[in-house]
Amino acid sequence: MNGTPRKQVGLFVTCLVDLYRPVVGFAAIALIERSGPFTVVVPDAQTCCGQPGYNSGDKESALAIARQVVQAFEGFDHVVVPSGSCAGMIKTHYPELLAGDPAFAARAKALADKTYELTQFLRDVAQWDGVYSEFAQTVTYHDSCSSLRELQVKKQPRELLAKVGGLKFKELPDSEPCCGFGGTFCVKFPDISNRMVEDKVANIEATGADVVLAADMGCLLNIAGKLKRKGSKIEARHVAEVLAGMAQDSAIGEGQ
Amino acid sequence: MSARDEILNRIRAGRAGPKPYPGSGPVPQRGQVGGEERKALFTRMAVQAAATVDRASSRADVPSLVKNYLSQHNLPAEARLAPDPRITELDWASQPLLNTSIGGTDGSHPVSVTGAFAGIAETGTLALTSGASSPTLLNFLPETHIAVVDAKDLTGTYEELWERLKAQYGEVMPRTLNLVTGPSRSGDIEQTILMGAHGPKRLHIILVDEP
Amino acid sequence: MQSTSHLFKDNAARALNDAHLQQALTHVRTKFITKRQDAMDALPEFDALRDAARDLKNHVLSRLDEYLVEFEGNVVKNGGRVHWCATPADARKTILDICRTAGAKTVTKGKTMVGEEIGINDHLAANGIEPIETDLGEYIIQLRNEPPSHIIAPSVHVTRDQVEATFRKIHTDLDPNRNLTEPSSLLHEARVKLRGRFLVADVGITGANFLIANTGSTTIVTNEGNGDLTQTLPRIHIVLAGIEKIVPSLQDAGLLLRVLARSATGQEMSAYTTFSTGPRRPGDVDGPDEFHVVLVDNGRSKLLGTEFEEMLRCIRCGACLNHCPIYHNVGGHAYGWVYAGPIGAITTPALIGIEHASPLPEASSLCGRCEQVCPVRIPIPKMLRHWREEAFERRLHGNRARWALKAWAALATRPALYRLAMRVGVGVLGMLGSRRGRFSSLPLAEAWTRHRDLPAPQGRTFMAMYRGKK
Repeated sequence: MNGTPRKQVGLFVTCLVDLYRPVVGFAAIALIERSGPFTVVVPDAQTCCGQPGYNSGDKESALAIARQVVQAFEGFDHVVVPSGSCAGMIKTHYPELLAGDPAFAARAKALADKTYELTQFLRDVAQWDGVYSEFAQTVTYHDSCSSLRELQVKKQPRELLAKVGGLKFKELPDSEPCCGFGGTFCVKFPDISNRMVEDKVANIEATGADVVLAADMGCLLNIAGKLKRKGSKIEARHVAEVLAGMAQDSAIGEGQ
Repeated sequence: MSARDEILNRIRAGRAGPKPYPGSGPVPQRGQVGGEERKALFTRMAVQAAATVDRASSRADVPSLVKNYLSQHNLPAEARLAPDPRITELDWASQPLLNTSIGGTDGSHPVSVTGAFAGIAETGTLALTSGASSPTLLNFLPETHIAVVDAKDLTGTYEELWERLKAQYGEVMPRTLNLVTGPSRSGDIEQTILMGAHGPKRLHIILVDEP
Repeated sequence: MQSTSHLFKDNAARALNDAHLQQALTHVRTKFITKRQDAMDALPEFDALRDAARDLKNHVLSRLDEYLVEFEGNVVKNGGRVHWCATPADARKTILDICRTAGAKTVTKGKTMVGEEIGINDHLAANGIEPIETDLGEYIIQLRNEPPSHIIAPSVHVTRDQVEATFRKIHTDLDPNRNLTEPSSLLHEARVKLRGRFLVADVGITGANFLIANTGSTTIVTNEGNGDLTQTLPRIHIVLAGIEKIVPSLQDAGLLLRVLARSATGQEMSAYTTFSTGPRRPGDVDGPDEFHVVLVDNGRSKLLGTEFEEMLRCIRCGACLNHCPIYHNVGGHAYGWVYAGPIGAITTPALIGIEHASPLPEASSLCGRCEQVCPVRIPIPKMLRHWREEAFERRLHGNRARWALKAWAALATRPALYRLAMRVGVGVLGMLGSRRGRFSSLPLAEAWTRHRDLPAPQGRTFMAMYRGKK
């Protein structure tokens, strides 16, 4: 064995990946471990990042969950999250949420400083450009609001996708507006949310892409659900599946 | 308790400890130019704001430039002159086909010619101050406003404008300071910009190199 | 103004089905956004100016009392008067008294959102004084008997065809066969109609973009020039302003001007920025004989020192509306009160009470575009969350959502139980949905499946598979 100590990376799987699309978790593990001297650990004590409570005014519940996440993840060298919004929750909102708690304020800040969205980690921390997967399709990319505006992540997934063999990339027109998911927003205001996802899907269709990728399961469920309702042939996948060469499963919302 | 005290007391009860004055921000590089560059910037920005700009080498050329501008645009050959000696003392008799009169306006004058206190190159803006020699309504009621600004009165930035105002007027501002950037316009019908909403449809600037 | 903010859902449903409105709103999402971006790109210092504007406003709010008193002193020194009004009723009475003393019959008005807050038009009209809106957009909606739907583009919800129909209906003295096809002919008609009103008005009321403490000046920013005619022609000029509009000096107004028009319309500067200091001076050829500043609090001062203080930095540019996907889809009237869009969703609860406006902070996907474009960097999503917390604490949304959130939290803080529950739930859904891969309808998920399919889970949770592999 060489002398470089392997860093411990805690994977925060996110509830939606856990429930909906386990392959994304395995893809994330594979990518992180390929990208450098990292050992991925998936702590048992993880469930949800607390966004539903936090964004619905239930601060008490959000605090309880945030403390649990801090405890479960503070021991790692890095924490990686295959979701912009959950990463944004830990990175930008935990420090604010826990600022008034003397036992947790500094720990939340420390956790925030070492937490990254998956593509952000691969590029900015691991500085990895060793993607060697193949995906001979035309793809477009949807930036989640949290990735764009809370984490300033935009170029990282594009840089990584540029290395995928056979992949043709088409930029999404008007890429910055929200897709209409917004967590509980989409069920509290379904008709407004619908107009937003209609616009998003129209732009996706305009690219002529075969596949739309994103790094947030929430957006992907929303977009895939709309594409399928419209009878579109365009598939939706998490970007990690393509980067890791693990895009063999049926796409989101496709039958087996 | 008066409303004044009620409001002030509430403010005092709620406000944070005084935060130090942070300054008024960076001065855009763009305007920090002098000489010909300043004139060119002023002209470019004014034109971008849909004004038109003529250059005059001397103030004596202003009457003929006014006449030419009006004929070229098929506008009435009459001009209401601001009672500003910098305007009224020009040789308007040299333009026998142009009717001029001097004074403020009640809206019956299609064309006004006014002086300007300054021009700001940063945004191509005119600074017009009110006073006995510069009625405010000449800047708004006529359909065509022609403003004469001396190159020496151009400032690069707004910071220089505020300094000049202070130098000229001391602690008391003129009653009205109009900063005018292009002609009147409205986008209120389907967000399409149309010129000449309530103020002038045309703003023509004569930039005079030497007074 | 009577609020319908508590009926946001109904308002929004109507808006989504209003074909005229939907057509009109397309102009918001295209034109404003690209123009602002172009203006930003043309000024490298833009973001640094935004930081400076935020800091300046924070400074002012920390010394608001001192600056207001300084402003008052300088207005008086220059021959004007300042009227302090704690409530909309105070402000209405003050203005009506000034108008009555002057024997006013008609009042021309420049655009003022505070005027909407206090409902000045209805109050004047009820007392026999005719208010005439002079901003083209405000004029159009006054004729249509509607409130503004946008801070800077009050008639943005109206199509050209509707403007033509309104003018034909109201301007009955004009030739019914006149051609009004071109927008320019509509503008011309309004110009001619309003010119006559400007010249005979007794009082002019404008708002204020800034109040300048060390000179006692008030500032308005317009593109049409209507504000200048409003304040120069009548004998009396009344400035109606919220107390948060104050800045220390001209330099500071200059800073805010550098971000205002660029954020609002994408212009470098609006066509007219006018600083007014007191009434007409000896020797002046024109200008008002009286100059009144009506300072309105209406709930602002009680925001100081709270988590909502930062909303008082707002300079009313409208950029957050222009970039808001909710606004793009439902327009301004759905918000039900004076201020629409993201800034409306945080301001309305502050000024009329969260109990009367609780749906507004909910109606956001928290996408953050408003904060991204705000020239004074108001953290709007954070404030939306604060209002949600307040509504939650006060149980304004009923018990079902509350119970669901609490249940979720109870589960999420017990990982072993959570894992079991998820494994069972996902197993069932995965099995039911495995063939098609999605559901087009599902009990309890109607709000989702009304418009889109619900993708089925892959069938096992990640955690179960991961443990199984290890």
